[in-house]
Amino acid sequence: METPGDLKFAESHEWARLNDDGTVSVGISHHAQEQLGDLVFVEVPEVDATVKAEDAIAVVESVKAASDIYAPVAGTVVAINEALADSPELINDSPFEDGWIFTLQPDNKDDLDSMMAAADYDSMVENE
Amino acid sequence: MSDSLKTPFYDKHISSGGKLVDFAGWTLPIHYGSLVEEHEAVRRDAGMFDVSHMTLMDVTGEQSIQQLSLLCTNDIAKLTDNTALYGCLCNERGGVVDDLIIYRINDTHFRVISNAGTRDKVLAWFASHHVESLNAVPAGELAMLAVQGPNAVALVQGVSERVFGEAFDISSLPNFGCVLTRSGFVGRTGYTGEDGVELVVPKDKASMAWDALVDAGVRPCGLGARDTLRLEAAMSLYGNDLDDEHSPVECGVGWTVDLRDENRAFIGRKVLEDQKQNGSKFVRIGVELIDRGVLRAGQTVSIGEKSVGVITSGTYSPTLQRTIALARIEREMAPAINDQNSRLSVDIRNKPVAAVRVGLPFLRNT
Repeated sequence: METPGDLKFAESHEWARLNDDGTVSVGISHHAQEQLGDLVFVEVPEVDATVKAEDAIAVVESVKAASDIYAPVAGTVVAINEALADSPELINDSPFEDGWIFTLQPDNKDDLDSMMAAADYDSMVENE
Repeated sequence: MSDSLKTPFYDKHISSGGKLVDFAGWTLPIHYGSLVEEHEAVRRDAGMFDVSHMTLMDVTGEQSIQQLSLLCTNDIAKLTDNTALYGCLCNERGGVVDDLIIYRINDTHFRVISNAGTRDKVLAWFASHHVESLNAVPAGELAMLAVQGPNAVALVQGVSERVFGEAFDISSLPNFGCVLTRSGFVGRTGYTGEDGVELVVPKDKASMAWDALVDAGVRPCGLGARDTLRLEAAMSLYGNDLDDEHSPVECGVGWTVDLRDENRAFIGRKVLEDQKQNGSKFVRIGVELIDRGVLRAGQTVSIGEKSVGVITSGTYSPTLQRTIALARIEREMAPAINDQNSRLSVDIRNKPVAAVRVGLPFLRNT
């Protein structure tokens, strides 16, 4: 699966997409979902929650293990992907689109600049 | 993983796309792409697991029966030639040293298969309890596959000449039956709750046996599916559900403690007999989550505010599509848990999540 070039990445394998309305959607990479295997449960943050960068605010659980999802930038949670409650496998099937986990209103959208570009993320994964 | 031991099937795991992990000092596949698909293959058709990390030892000689019957909770005097039983080794306090399967080849030859993680402990236990003629297959030399599922026996039978180099009558083996020949060993045993066999082939035939089974349609399965399958069948995992500090009676395998022969003074008998007659401190129950989430070992089980026990194994069940777990709880709290009105909860990441007691096994297929 090709990594979308418009996304920014964290070392902990989250992606962030700056939407047209200034919000930031967050999910996990194709590589991350592959490592986790079949996902069976996703714990999402509460809407309106205020989060700091690198706060563990969501959890994805595969059959075998639980894994924390970190907020890539500081902000306020404005939306969660409710479809994940019944269909956590959306993250396996469509990690960069239908499998988004939550959307933040960032305190400062320039914070995204400190994240990795897609190409850099790909080379990080290759060298893992 | 550089110091990790490799089984004779290591190259097959690589070529089959296995995602390798370290397990009890061994490099083994957690899955080959999808744990859930592997799990389903075993429930519906046939899958195979590399179980060459297990400890296999042969106990031989005139004293075998007497020596083993003083160590195993289950009574091997019940066995006839070519049959097996499951049991525990216990310490004087009744705690479980290991769980194992003992196969009787004949009255002077017993084959014992125990866990990988307890290898040194069990070999030392046998040696210090006068099991004299003990011959364990060296780590890395054993080539053993568990082929499991409703179609497993027929598929293995179909390729038995290719696997063993001779016709092997597997289909007529009864449950817990076994056969040993010069070319291999087959036991109708397993750890999935399905019909199936565990087979040992000579190390130099390992690749050929693997290929023959794959060609026959048997799907390679990893440790992940092995765990979800055994847990659905409520089979214990040593180190999780069984340990040195708790007895078989406390861990749901009290049925392996055979007290019928009054003269059989096996290690731990006194404690276990007392627990069976007067009750043990703990009992095992099955737990199913009502709210969403996944149960994991170590989580606390409560009634209201009161902690009553701990999850020893938990997973999402691919077959039932629910979250299931084994829990060890205080026996005196068991009546309260059985009360329909009492609310059971499990602490998941510091939040109480509603759960309910359920009967065991979670799934009964055979």
